[in-house]
Amino acid sequence: MSAETLSLNLGPQHPSTHGVLRVVLELDGETVVDARPDIGFLHRGIEKLAENRTYHQVIVLTDRLDYLSALSNNLAYVLAVEKLMGIEVPRRARYVRVALAELQRIASHLFWLGTHAHDLGAMTPLFYALREREALMDIFETLAGSRLTPSFLRIGGLAADIDARFVDSVRAFTDTFQARVDEYETLLTQNPIWKHRTKGVGVLDAGQCIRLGISGPMLRSAGMPLDLRKAQPYSSYDEFHFEIPAGKAGDVYDRYIVRIREMRESARIARQAVDGLPEGPWTAAGSPAVFPAKDELRHNITAVIRHFGLVMEGMKPPAGEVYQAVESPRGELGFYLVSDGGPRPLRLKVRPPSFVNLQGLVKMIRGRLLADVVAVIGAVDIVLAEVDR
Amino acid sequence: MNLDDLRARFGSAVGEPVTFRGETSLAVDRGSIVALCEFIRDDEALAFDFLSDLCGVDRHPAAPRFEVVYHLYSVRHGHRLRLKVALEEEDPVIDSVTGVWETADWHERECFDLFGIRFRNHPDLRRILLPDDFEGHPLRKDFPLEGERKP
Repeated sequence: MSAETLSLNLGPQHPSTHGVLRVVLELDGETVVDARPDIGFLHRGIEKLAENRTYHQVIVLTDRLDYLSALSNNLAYVLAVEKLMGIEVPRRARYVRVALAELQRIASHLFWLGTHAHDLGAMTPLFYALREREALMDIFETLAGSRLTPSFLRIGGLAADIDARFVDSVRAFTDTFQARVDEYETLLTQNPIWKHRTKGVGVLDAGQCIRLGISGPMLRSAGMPLDLRKAQPYSSYDEFHFEIPAGKAGDVYDRYIVRIREMRESARIARQAVDGLPEGPWTAAGSPAVFPAKDELRHNITAVIRHFGLVMEGMKPPAGEVYQAVESPRGELGFYLVSDGGPRPLRLKVRPPSFVNLQGLVKMIRGRLLADVVAVIGAVDIVLAEVDR
Repeated sequence: MNLDDLRARFGSAVGEPVTFRGETSLAVDRGSIVALCEFIRDDEALAFDFLSDLCGVDRHPAAPRFEVVYHLYSVRHGHRLRLKVALEEEDPVIDSVTGVWETADWHERECFDLFGIRFRNHPDLRRILLPDDFEGHPLRKDFPLEGERKP
């Protein structure tokens, strides 16, 4: 043991920090004595911006929080506004939302899998994972015209109805996806190097996770099967059949296993959603928060006036406050909205799972090797745009 | 979820529960916040072991100006509760709940950073999102949305 430690900057420009996370490490040889995470490099003031926009205009901001799962953010936000307004969303729209949220979860986990494995020296899974993610991006692009930031959900429903093309492409994807996951597992699950790098690394037990507010796959990998889709179902999740995968050890390996199994479950849910897709309206037409149909604008002057009002002034929810949380790919993603009865939110607070989960980092890496830091950061699955907002 | 015990125990430090859209909010005096949080965490029937979120709200120009809002979840019972503590503009100070829920650490730092609300007994109350030499607290309503600072 030497008396002197070395301070080492990991990031903010380092590929293994997945964005602009900076961690100042105190090293004794290769052992981490202490660590100080430094965040905020991507702070754009999204909560402040939201206070100066109408409720509809905030939707595009939410895509830019966790950009790997934009549709989950869209969903959490529109659900919060709908709760505030007391809007009942048609069942068809709820099912499409579920399908999209689950496809988005797969896309997000695929990106995590590829980059995480790459961080630890396994290059092949990246190409496999991005191949399937590309198929999902194509589905989103066909649907919404945008790959990363679809902004496809609207207050009261969807931006547009879906067509047979969407249903067919989701079926085609889910038909082959389980076999694709088998391929990833062939590469990693029993791989001795992978196990050596991940087993027993970055352990947090369920009690520690709860005290630290950690949710999502990190909590479930420690054996606590808490998932808001089951615990507090939203958007008709109670009508779907799926399992909540849980681990035991709470280490990097179990987080991998949990996310792999979650992808399989998500594919099942998305399939159920398109197979059981109800007919009917796809938006809560008639609600004061919902834009009139495009067709109406051509021959109905009151529709034009209402449209103009919604664009220029916005809608006015009753004064009050709501908190709505969803299970995003990273954990509990919540939106807290305070309304004073005006057309803009008095306060919008995002409860970002990445921000909270990252708090556990120091506990997980203290006393471990420098190489483990990379494994642990990858397994937290952070998106810095969400951490910093 | 029965909050009557809580109100009997803490008396006038706890306000009438307000329910809106199926969510329950409870106003709490700032002097009682730590004791109350410890109680609702350890009480068998409430068991709020999970602090989902902690944030500030600025109601400028209304008085009292600030609120600190706690969103709680019980893993065991699956219920939620919102606590709200009002703070005066001249004295935006409140006791830290980091001793009750470890996760409050970064939440309180963020609230301090963006609102200038100070948390007593916080182990490390520094800015978290903004640089250390930043002036002002941008989520305050009197902080401009855009424009350049005069040198």
